[in-house]
Amino acid sequence: MAKTILTVNGIRHELDLSPWVSLLDALRDRLLLTGTKKGCDHGQCGACTIICDDKRILSCLSLAVAKNGSEITTIEGLGDDDNLHPLQQAFIDHDAFQCGYCTPGQICSAVGMLKENRATTRDEVSELMSGNLCRCGANKGIIDAIMQVKDGGHYE
Amino acid sequence: MDKDKIVGKPISRLEGKLKVTGAAKYAAEYEVENLLHAYVVNSPVTKGKIKSINIDKATALPGVITVLSHINRPKLAWFDLQYADMDAPPGTVFKPFYNDEILYNGQPIALVVAEDFETARYAATLVEFDFEEKPFETFLTDHTEQARPPKFGLATALKPPPPPPTGDFEQAYQDAAVKVESEYQHGTEHHNPMEMFATTTVYNGEGKLTIYDKTQGTINNQLFVANVFGLKYKNVRVLAPFVGGAFGSGLRPQYQLLLCAMAAIHLKRNVRLVLDRKQMFFFSHRPPTKQNLKFATDVNGRLTAMAHTALSETSSYEDYFESVASWSHKLYPAPNTLFEQKVVPLDVCTPLDMRAPGGSTALHAIECTMDELAYKLKIDPLELRLLNYSDTDPSAKKPYTSKALRACYLQAAERFGWKNRTPEPRSMTRGNKLVGYGMATGIWDALQFPSRVEAIINADGKLILNNAVTDIGTGTFTVMTQIAADELGLSIEDVDFRYGDSQKPFSMFQGGSAMTASTGVGIVVATKELKKKILKVARKMDNFPFAKSDDKDIIFEGGRIYLKADPEISISFKEIVAFNKGRNIKTTNMGKPHMLKLRNYSKATHSASFVEVEVDIELGNVTVTRAVTAVAAGKIINPKTAKSQIYGSMVWGISKALHEETIMDKKLGKYINTNLGEYHIPVHADIKDMDVIFAEEEDELINELGIKGVGEIGLVGMPAAISNAIFHATGKRINSLPIHFDELM
Repeated sequence: MAKTILTVNGIRHELDLSPWVSLLDALRDRLLLTGTKKGCDHGQCGACTIICDDKRILSCLSLAVAKNGSEITTIEGLGDDDNLHPLQQAFIDHDAFQCGYCTPGQICSAVGMLKENRATTRDEVSELMSGNLCRCGANKGIIDAIMQVKDGGHYE
Repeated sequence: MDKDKIVGKPISRLEGKLKVTGAAKYAAEYEVENLLHAYVVNSPVTKGKIKSINIDKATALPGVITVLSHINRPKLAWFDLQYADMDAPPGTVFKPFYNDEILYNGQPIALVVAEDFETARYAATLVEFDFEEKPFETFLTDHTEQARPPKFGLATALKPPPPPPTGDFEQAYQDAAVKVESEYQHGTEHHNPMEMFATTTVYNGEGKLTIYDKTQGTINNQLFVANVFGLKYKNVRVLAPFVGGAFGSGLRPQYQLLLCAMAAIHLKRNVRLVLDRKQMFFFSHRPPTKQNLKFATDVNGRLTAMAHTALSETSSYEDYFESVASWSHKLYPAPNTLFEQKVVPLDVCTPLDMRAPGGSTALHAIECTMDELAYKLKIDPLELRLLNYSDTDPSAKKPYTSKALRACYLQAAERFGWKNRTPEPRSMTRGNKLVGYGMATGIWDALQFPSRVEAIINADGKLILNNAVTDIGTGTFTVMTQIAADELGLSIEDVDFRYGDSQKPFSMFQGGSAMTASTGVGIVVATKELKKKILKVARKMDNFPFAKSDDKDIIFEGGRIYLKADPEISISFKEIVAFNKGRNIKTTNMGKPHMLKLRNYSKATHSASFVEVEVDIELGNVTVTRAVTAVAAGKIINPKTAKSQIYGSMVWGISKALHEETIMDKKLGKYINTNLGEYHIPVHADIKDMDVIFAEEEDELINELGIKGVGEIGLVGMPAAISNAIFHATGKRINSLPIHFDELM
């Protein structure tokens, strides 16, 4: 077991973890932050996307011990019922989800993607969001929601 | 004081905040004390027997509690019938861990239970087997000689066999002025919802289980678990308030449910079992099919003869059947027809309905054949459809309850700009891209199941509704709340629709685009009765102001009752319940389809899809640059969520035409691309401009609400529209889906 310190959504956690526990499983099973989803456990679907040290990463492809000392934001830390993040509100407004399972990963990925500031056009946003799969086919609503927030400029 | 109707408004999903904040809990996410974790071991062998199992290495691992298999499993039901869920096809149902037989590759053969997930997963690799392997047959087109008619049973009542022949097809085809014959092949597809199948079983003491499951049918799975383990129905509760997509894969209880419940009962502990993505390819799929179509017309383009024969895969143990060969005669009035469909039993697991089962496969073939005919006749493809338009259902010789397909064709063509199309293949270009326009028709069932709803007015004057239905992302929660609000004249804030729980009144599994009509009619029937009960109580009140008025003259609005003539005098639901000594006023009623009245009608939803593709001249890669789908599906309860259903199924159409396929290795008899990196579905960059139109369609016959359902119809026309657009762009007819870029180079 290895002592691992993770600061998640502003709260410091000291965890005793086996070295083979993924960051995703540490968040879901140990910290009970189940907003971060497991869709493939192989880095192929994007459902587990979180923000780690200001970058969007796939939490299923990181071992928790390797992120010792990191600052992590999950969907639960982006906003709450009374104070939604603009992307969360835009996802509701554009009906950017159906089953809701890929949604936390889409939103966290969008937060990270907008911070990267590499995309200017809708096509570029679609391209840079293409690591996040949606099986319900809510693609149009998702990109509409992100474009609205991006063009509104209040995504920081 | 007239309140605007809530039905018809584009209200945002009521559970939206829970989903965007991560608060919505799915089957594997319930916090349960002293939870054990289970992991399935699947057969690497395609057919044969398990000669022996060695679990020593696995059980020696610290943290491993047990390894279960057919050798040491607890007692299971013996009769097949006890495993037969509501959607079980005819045959001998597959019983996990029942004996040493291996029927298909990936079949579950052992279950490791451990203190934590990582230990269970690792221990699963340490279980050792000795197999006796047998020869197998897994590839549809290699075994077409084994085709036979499917057996029919209860579950196939919804999927009738093709209609009998009419006229004299052979003669008419031989004599026809213009004819087309084509073969179509579709491969295996897997549902692959984003949430992997998972079950959390809470052991509540002897014979009592609370189960959080991923399913489309809480009651279906409750009955299944109780039957298999000999438990009392009332002691098994299945909950599925949030379901991370299913698309048909949750219509039947899947083996993770049975194995998780088995482990919980055996160990008297709480157990969670989550499948991994590879295991999501081991329990159900859309079957591969092979179709042959022969269509003929007179010189003017009127269809004179249609033949459609289809072969589809099933397993060695159950006869899965989906209607493929039945559809063309519901659309086109050819006098001479011949339809036939057979199944080929193979050593695979039983297929299962996957979004628009049968219809999306069939209409690809039918509507591409129509496109070929249009080219032979030198008639515009849309003109050919209009020329052969039928207001009635020629296959049943009955009128439709409603059919606004003509409006779909015309409105979608207008929005799309179909008139700008030049008919010659390869005649439209954009830079180094060939541009193609294609169109196709869609048709789907308008089903309704019985549904029982409990309606309650409580002391706060709020309406509570209880029903066992799920909301798999379809918007059921939101639209049911809208329907109920209007029925009782309340705002949506005063309606609480509770669902996803087998303890609530009966609902069928959520499928076939049937739920809005099914549960919706249940709500209409229950709230109608509830109004009577409210008035019955109110009439006992002292100084009841409407004593001389009939029930029918009393208006329910804003949580009050009043007379139209004098809205100032009113009584609130709260006051009525208070008079009832604070006791809730409630009723439970069953909504049912009007079988007798509908006997003389056919019922269907229709759509028209228009698609623009760009095909790279050198590379052959295809982009669906624009797509417009017009849908006629009766009344639309919520245009926002309904549009999302159509957009979603249009994406599925793009996927079926260009992306997804499960590849079978013939030599190994197994699927080889069992992950989301190699099983392709469209990503954001693949989805360009899409538009949805709902054609006005009033249907007073179909049910109390005029609803037909929107879950599948948007997919049905898309694959053919895309294939036809690719032909228009390139001059190449590719009749095997998905279409690959190398076939266009």
